[in-house]
Amino acid sequence: MHALSINNLVKVYSNGLRALDGINLHVEEGEFFALLGPNGAGKTTAIGIVTSLVNKTSGDVLVFGHNLDHDLAGAKSCLGVVPQELNLNQYDRLDNIVTNQAGFYGIGRRDARRRAQECLEQLQLWDRRAEIARNLSGGMKRRLMIARALVHRPRLLILDEPTAGVDIEIRRSMWDFLREINEQGTTIILTTHYLEEAENLCRHVAIIDNGRIVAHDRMTSLLMKLHREVFVLNTRDPVVALPVLEDFNVRLLNERELQVEITRNHDLNSLFRVLSAAGIHVVSMRNKANRLEEAFFRVTERSELASGELPARARAS
Amino acid sequence: MNFEAQLISLWTLSLKEVQRVLRIWVQTIVPPAITMTLYFLIFGTLIGRRIGQMSGFDYMEYIAPGLIMMSVITNSYGNVVSSFFSAKYNRHLEEMLVSPMPNWTIVLGHVIGGMVRGLLVGLVVTVVALFFTRLPVNNIFITLSVLVLTSAVFSLGGLLNAIFARKFDDVSIIPSFVLAPLTYLGGVFYSVSLLPEFAQKLSMLNPILYMVNAFRYGMLGVSDINIGLAYVIILAFLAGLFTLSMVLIQRGVGIRD
Repeated sequence: MHALSINNLVKVYSNGLRALDGINLHVEEGEFFALLGPNGAGKTTAIGIVTSLVNKTSGDVLVFGHNLDHDLAGAKSCLGVVPQELNLNQYDRLDNIVTNQAGFYGIGRRDARRRAQECLEQLQLWDRRAEIARNLSGGMKRRLMIARALVHRPRLLILDEPTAGVDIEIRRSMWDFLREINEQGTTIILTTHYLEEAENLCRHVAIIDNGRIVAHDRMTSLLMKLHREVFVLNTRDPVVALPVLEDFNVRLLNERELQVEITRNHDLNSLFRVLSAAGIHVVSMRNKANRLEEAFFRVTERSELASGELPARARAS
Repeated sequence: MNFEAQLISLWTLSLKEVQRVLRIWVQTIVPPAITMTLYFLIFGTLIGRRIGQMSGFDYMEYIAPGLIMMSVITNSYGNVVSSFFSAKYNRHLEEMLVSPMPNWTIVLGHVIGGMVRGLLVGLVVTVVALFFTRLPVNNIFITLSVLVLTSAVFSLGGLLNAIFARKFDDVSIIPSFVLAPLTYLGGVFYSVSLLPEFAQKLSMLNPILYMVNAFRYGMLGVSDINIGLAYVIILAFLAGLFTLSMVLIQRGVGIRD
């Protein structure tokens, strides 16, 4: 069964901006799915429509078979959402925020309190339950939003850039937590600017650009489509002269670093054999760019690689 | 979502709204009590003594029901406009919008919050009034029903204001330029029989006049208007504003892109 099925979804804002241009997207139950795209590509609009915070212009959206047009409450019951921007009542206590959210889903007060405790404990926030949200750090607020989204035990969890602005340690612990709830059966759709995050967590990926889906595949299949990879090799001894490597495009970055471009026709073993023969001993190596980043730029037709985040587009999302 | 679950969501929102009123009682309950004490002191005791009687009652006694009703109206309205707009502005309204709770529970939950604050302030003002004058009750049913229904009407008014408001300035425009003039000219401080004929006819277009007078009739047994007509007007406003709120929320006006 599809956890999410989007058919010919179109969104035209009142200012004439066509944010979604007939997208089709299908996410299987149990998936950990990445929805990627540059700023303004239409990701947040698509999520807004699925979570009924944005009115669609046309098209169909089904959540576990519940059509938003005919059974909105059924669809909403299956959904949990962690939005990109903080949307917490900053002056309410943590336990009230999560308990009330359960109540909005029709869960009785006693059960709601128990579930709120479970979720706050899972996200390591129970000790701070009596504080108001305003007093939390950015990372804690993100975790609070995840706890709130999970309190009614949704079958589909949508996270719109959940780790934006979160330090690396908390990000890694959030990854572990998301992997765990996915393994327990929750379908997860994730949008992120950190492509390393998507590559680490997600098994399927869709890339949206200019309001259209430009790639929709298994993560491994998408990465396999890359024709070349660029590695940086660190050598034990200084490289005085660049060796002649006929099948590889090699560049000397400095006396102990070589940059080598490898196409799919060659493998690393043959490269190391040639280097060994030239008396060059490699002590470590790394990818020059994230592989998904490379794929992302390829499908969105960008020639230059950016080092960290996706490029911004000069229009509203 | 079955009906029981819908009632739970309504209960949750109502509780949240009431907790908000009580949590910030210094902002929600105390200021109107102080303002009304000043009204009783200045208009009732100091100026009222020179005015003498109105419709057969001491001036202080005559204005007391109007002042209670005025505080109920402004606080019911103010509570919902402030609570709903801040939830919209700070985006935690989304907590409700993404949940399966039906629109009627969102409307009613906020209205209940507004009514609780309005009636609580009304109670405090009544207690304050008792320090200055006696307060007879001519008809308890009319007194309470008009108070509760009027509070519901203005809670819905506050909700509509908040739905359309885009910035904080929009929240204060209606109370300052519409609600306050209509309330002050709605017979709180005087009987419309004192006005020239043209002004009397004009006053009859003011719905607050009917609410204030119906409430005064419930307490003192005197009124400038027909009580039956007052009920018709109050119930018509209640039905109209509730329907309008439901339609606007259903369409996502002011709350969805």
